Amino acid sequence: MEDFYRELIIERYKTPHYQGVLDPNDISYEDDNPACGDHIQIDIRLDENGVVTEALFSGEGCAISQASADLLVESIIGKNTEEIKALGKEDVLDNLGIELGPVRLKCALLPLKVLKAGIYGLGDQKAED
Amino acid sequence: MDPTASAGFNVQQIREDFPLLSREVRPGVPLAYLDSAATSQKPTVVIDAMDRYYREMNANIHRGIHKLAEEATLAYENARERIADFIHAPSPEELIFTRNTTESINLVANSWGRAFLKAGDMILLSEMEHHSNLVPWQILATHLSLRLEFIPVTPQGLLDQDAFQDFLEQEPKLLALTHMSNVLGTINPLEDMLAKAKSAGAVTLVDGAQSVPHFPVDISTLQADFYAFSAHKMVGPTGIGILYGRRELLEEMPPFLGGGEMIKKVELRSFKSNDLPYKFEAGTPAIAEAIGFGAAVDYLSRISMAEVEKQERILTGYALERLSGIPNLHVLGPGIEEKGGVVSFYLDGIHAHDVAQILDSEGIAVRAGHHCAQPLHTKFNLPATSRASLYFYNTPEEIDRLVEGIYKAKSIFD
Repeated sequence: MEDFYRELIIERYKTPHYQGVLDPNDISYEDDNPACGDHIQIDIRLDENGVVTEALFSGEGCAISQASADLLVESIIGKNTEEIKALGKEDVLDNLGIELGPVRLKCALLPLKVLKAGIYGLGDQKAED
Repeated sequence: MDPTASAGFNVQQIREDFPLLSREVRPGVPLAYLDSAATSQKPTVVIDAMDRYYREMNANIHRGIHKLAEEATLAYENARERIADFIHAPSPEELIFTRNTTESINLVANSWGRAFLKAGDMILLSEMEHHSNLVPWQILATHLSLRLEFIPVTPQGLLDQDAFQDFLEQEPKLLALTHMSNVLGTINPLEDMLAKAKSAGAVTLVDGAQSVPHFPVDISTLQADFYAFSAHKMVGPTGIGILYGRRELLEEMPPFLGGGEMIKKVELRSFKSNDLPYKFEAGTPAIAEAIGFGAAVDYLSRISMAEVEKQERILTGYALERLSGIPNLHVLGPGIEEKGGVVSFYLDGIHAHDVAQILDSEGIAVRAGHHCAQPLHTKFNLPATSRASLYFYNTPEEIDRLVEGIYKAKSIFD
């Protein structure tokens, strides 16, 4: 449990480095986790080569979801959309450095779901994990 | 001194009736189960009653003339009678076995609603309803172009009685209300509200999921046309619930689900409905669960619902007193006078899920989220809350552990 709320997670939850909104943006997507009310929006600006130049997240939720969003957004700056499409669950868990049960996994993965839906331009459709 | 000590009630003895309460969550970490509003734990007598049915008399009911079928039918119908007595219903035929409160409400929406409501009719609900007493009416309203209105919840967590009066003047066809809020703990003044609604010509439905388990409910004095509740929140099994309906209404209503048992006579192109309550019990029901439900009301009756209510009031008062001493913690809902054993709270700067996770590491089970009452959380501008819900088998020591756990969460986040 002490691992669960390791310093990095608490620090990123309390003082996120990449929180805010980008307007205008090239990609903006948001979604909720209906089971717990977590809400995440991710805004992205791309250069002409499809590389992320700026990205920010906004929303509310538990420490896991918010820290996961902050770390995920940090990790995509400088990546192109193809590299982002290749991101998976393991990358999120590596960012957080913890093991999670099925319920809390949804909190951790919500930012990834939002990011991928935005990148794929899925609109209201359900994003792939 | 143990603040719950009272003559004739020994909580330690009661706890021995519930095998699960003595388990450890993890090695060396005993369980403090504070999530009974989600589902209660089950005493050995309930588990045994269901076990005995399967070991000794398993057979389908109401058909078959063999001995087993006869015993099973008797046990099933006997359970219905005991549950009817438990809520002082005029007759057992007015009790329909359903899966749970949700199915009971859906039955009324689909059967009574579709038969007797028409475009433009108003259904009056409240802002504190559980999704199970909200979404069925939304679905029906879309189909039939009905108008849904909501009695507002005041900042104190009570229903706004002036607004209720104003709505009554607009002649709602149905008032569907929770007896006790599963988030705020508010016990609504139903005797008065249902009487007013009846005088205004409305049919009344009560979501009793949180009331029947926790205090005496007397159907004969409440002017409820429909009253719904579930076994699993009152020491009974999952998968079985009750819809009480006033006989005149049930008789006028078309069947809900079609199939075996609900018919008197079937031809290729038509059928004739069975008598009450079988008209609404299509297919083989949850027989073991109904029998378990009967054992559950027997168990509660032996303790007495007055005693259950009394113990919970003592515990709730103690929980409110302890929690109110924690800095930056906010309890939702009214004070003890209007509140049942549901204590929802939030902490500044710590999300409810994180609180629940840290409490879990200490063996304390609480619920975190919106508790199937999202509009209420939206109204109070809360993404999620933590909820400790109490039952007569809880102890002040468990509340002390909750408080310690909350301080631990604060130490991690502050």
